[in-house]
Amino acid sequence: MKKATALLLLFSMAFAAMSFLPANTGGGYKVGDTAQDFSLVNVKGKQVSLAGIKNAKGYIVVFTCNHCPYAKAYERRIIDLHKKYAPMGFPVVAINSNDKDVQPQDSYDNMKKLAKKKKYPFNYVYDETQEIARAYGATRTPHVYVLDKDRVVRYIGAIDDNSEDPAMAKEHYVANAVDALLSGKEIATKETKAIGCGIKWKK
Amino acid sequence: MKKALFLLLICSGLRAQAQDIPFIRKETLQQWLNADTDTVYVLNFWATWCGPCVEELPAFEKLNREYASKKVKVVLISTDFKRNVESKVKPFVKRKKLQSQVVFMDEPNPNHWVNMVSPEWSGALPATLIIARRKNAVLFFEKQLNYESLEEALRSILQP
Repeated sequence: MKKATALLLLFSMAFAAMSFLPANTGGGYKVGDTAQDFSLVNVKGKQVSLAGIKNAKGYIVVFTCNHCPYAKAYERRIIDLHKKYAPMGFPVVAINSNDKDVQPQDSYDNMKKLAKKKKYPFNYVYDETQEIARAYGATRTPHVYVLDKDRVVRYIGAIDDNSEDPAMAKEHYVANAVDALLSGKEIATKETKAIGCGIKWKK
Repeated sequence: MKKALFLLLICSGLRAQAQDIPFIRKETLQQWLNADTDTVYVLNFWATWCGPCVEELPAFEKLNREYASKKVKVVLISTDFKRNVESKVKPFVKRKKLQSQVVFMDEPNPNHWVNMVSPEWSGALPATLIIARRKNAVLFFEKQLNYESLEEALRSILQP
């Protein structure tokens, strides 16, 4: 009986591990890892890399998209983060990794339209091959990685603790992380989890 | 036979009017996760606006029907925005005639409960946890499921 239970446990663990893999191949980065740079096209047709951003002291890399209600709920807050922190050396780089065949609203053309309509002040780039989302381990939108100037991952997770209502947010995780980096202090909360739309992987 | 008739009665009763959607806090979720019971819980995290979630709902409905007599409890846990419960979730549940128990996760900060569901869960939707506490068996999926994969997972957990 015990043996059967143990077997079941083992089996279920293997099963769970297997089931998790397709969503996040490779596991992605953890805090402390060095993130890879990329060269992705932005909505103005220009190739953008982190290294190419001048005077950066770090980067707020946000995996987001056009269609997701959570991404939409955070859109204004992402713009505000860039407006506040880009002049201080921490620009937002927003990445859309969703497959356009799975979610047509997230096509490159629709990215251009949205960025124009909402006057995105930050680079909104297209990860068409989904290689960057996979490398980073991004699984949902929005999913934020705060990197320092050496591209070391210093924070992973949510922008704040209330997606529905910015006025009710008490913990501003990303802002707190960037503030800490700017003042050379330890980041209090280095990792958080949030509900988000699963990244639409190619089928 | 009597049991089947009884179930049929309950089901038709439910069908007559749309179900209420109780609000739950993380404490309730914790109770389900830790309940000392033979009942196997199938917890599905979804939202009305989530395409793959809506696509997989019929599989959960079918599972709920097929395993109604086998101590399997399907709970569809909505993570919609709170302001949309009345305007979107309730009408959706009514329109789709959902028979599985639907509840609303009334917690503003997922960081307080996502890890409770599973440390493997990144927070992306859809996600499903199948838990058989007495057998100490847990299966977690962060992806869209179909009926076959769902039933296969449930069977693996139900087998003696």
